[in-house]
Amino acid sequence: MSPLLDPLAWLILLPLLWATLAFVAADRHGPALALAGIGAQLLCVIALAGDVASHGSNGHLAGGWAEPLGIRLVADGLSLVMLLLTQGVALALALYARSYFSRATPPAFWPLTGFLLAGMNALFLSGDLFNLYVTLELVGLAAVGLVAAGGGAAQIAAALRYLLATLVGSGAYLFGVALIYGSYGTVSASLLGTLITAEAPLAVWLAGGLMLTGLLLKTALLPFHFWLPPAHGGAPAPVSALLSALVVKASFYLFLRLWLGPFAALTEALPGLAQVPAALGAAAILWGSWRAIRADRLKMLVAYSTVAQLGYLFLIFPLLGTGALALQAGILQATAHGLAKAAMFVAAGTLIKVGGSDRVLGVAGAAAHLPVSLFAFALAGVTLMGLPPSGGFLAKWLLIDAALAAGQPWIVVVALSGGLLAGIYVFRVLRLAFRRPTAHDDVPLPQRPAALLEWTAFALAAGSVLIGLGAAPLLALIAGVQP
Amino acid sequence: MSAGLIYAATGCLLFVLGLGGVLLLKALLRRILAFNLMGSGAFLVLVGLAQRDGTPDPVPQAMVLTGIVVAVAATALALTLARRWHALTGRDDIARVRDTGLQIRRKANDRRKAAR
Repeated sequence: MSPLLDPLAWLILLPLLWATLAFVAADRHGPALALAGIGAQLLCVIALAGDVASHGSNGHLAGGWAEPLGIRLVADGLSLVMLLLTQGVALALALYARSYFSRATPPAFWPLTGFLLAGMNALFLSGDLFNLYVTLELVGLAAVGLVAAGGGAAQIAAALRYLLATLVGSGAYLFGVALIYGSYGTVSASLLGTLITAEAPLAVWLAGGLMLTGLLLKTALLPFHFWLPPAHGGAPAPVSALLSALVVKASFYLFLRLWLGPFAALTEALPGLAQVPAALGAAAILWGSWRAIRADRLKMLVAYSTVAQLGYLFLIFPLLGTGALALQAGILQATAHGLAKAAMFVAAGTLIKVGGSDRVLGVAGAAAHLPVSLFAFALAGVTLMGLPPSGGFLAKWLLIDAALAAGQPWIVVVALSGGLLAGIYVFRVLRLAFRRPTAHDDVPLPQRPAALLEWTAFALAAGSVLIGLGAAPLLALIAGVQP
Repeated sequence: MSAGLIYAATGCLLFVLGLGGVLLLKALLRRILAFNLMGSGAFLVLVGLAQRDGTPDPVPQAMVLTGIVVAVAATALALTLARRWHALTGRDDIARVRDTGLQIRRKANDRRKAAR
């Protein structure tokens, strides 16, 4: 294929292009540009899926420059699944945002979304550690800008705290890259996979520790979760959905990639090391769920649920050595949670926008006047609880299967109790929503929201459930990944 | 000890100082400066460690240039947010701000004003 038509390059160029156009053009052209751009990106991912399915992986040297000067873009099954999730969720969220911000779009919402998507796509496709640093920063800065887009003091504080956390995370990552380059003279992830051995010098161990810890900070794994709830819970609904569904998954993806690729020799040399992310993940599930159960505001409930659900992603690390099951469980959980959390945040956004109160109590009676949004919230809840036939169920099933095969029954206990706790906070909302408004509560029925607001949430939630039924091709893609 | 190693050791020191600053200081401006110190430390390590037989390696120099661009962008964003924060609240730190608390307090103030 001619390098000019390579979908790999266009997946990064397209969002950069439409984001720049959206920045220059008047605000009202933003949604059209974004929708056209994301639609074209989706076509690129589908074209790429054909290539990857037939060849296993696909590479592209940016500008035709050879490594080490050039930048190598690579796509395999793992990156393809993340790319599909990103463009799919982004398309639904762009539709939602168009109607959510029908009166006034926060300044620079569309350009920032474009730059965020460009950074994420580049992150999923980059094969060198330094380029990954640049994409991490691009994603982080765009995400901080989006959090601040609300403009209130609480949002600015959340954005500042998020910014400092994300800068410390990527600073640690960059320092690690510097140590790695000093030791091996290359930053190519595939080359480093063969160069780094268990006898690596102390500097390389230090680099590994710094890079992985930095990424944990960016993924908001307990105890680094402090910045997430205010940032995700305080931002406008489409932004919260973008951040919770996609952005935290990007740094998790990179953590997984480094764990399986360049640092595989180090993590295998110390088998106990894998228990650290798993233990933190278990703590995150319990603590995040507890805070979600106790939350006063609806979006804080959803944000703390993200803290809990991210914990599941890290339970897979002690099980990765036992075969493809654990990796499939992790990626399926990331996908199902991405769809479900996007659905939950946008449904919550509609409930708050229409009901006029951002408190959990504000949803009382919503079943009567917002049935579709509430149904979307409940469907997304089904995935978070892990009830069959949802994607969350299949992910937990695979996780439990892998945990039993590896003889780690405590992971089974944590996974199951996390599902129960999720049930408590989801039903806390549903119970209130079905409560009849009291007799003296003679508030006029709120106006019906635009149909698009309700149905995009429903489509995302339905996707998170249906993925459990149609996961076979997805799992096959991940099983073919050679770390 | 070669010049490269001295640079790298200085870089490590700067990085640790900067990290401590970002985590421990209260004033926003100082924390932003500390972040820049962290970045400079990492850049020094990158350039210092990569010297081979006295001849500098051009690849990390290009990386550092890119890194400086990223750091400038991040600093600009941080300063803009800090100014906005200062304009909205008159404060120069975000140490003890509870987001929920702030909103509740503001709502209570509004209600008090409305009652008058």
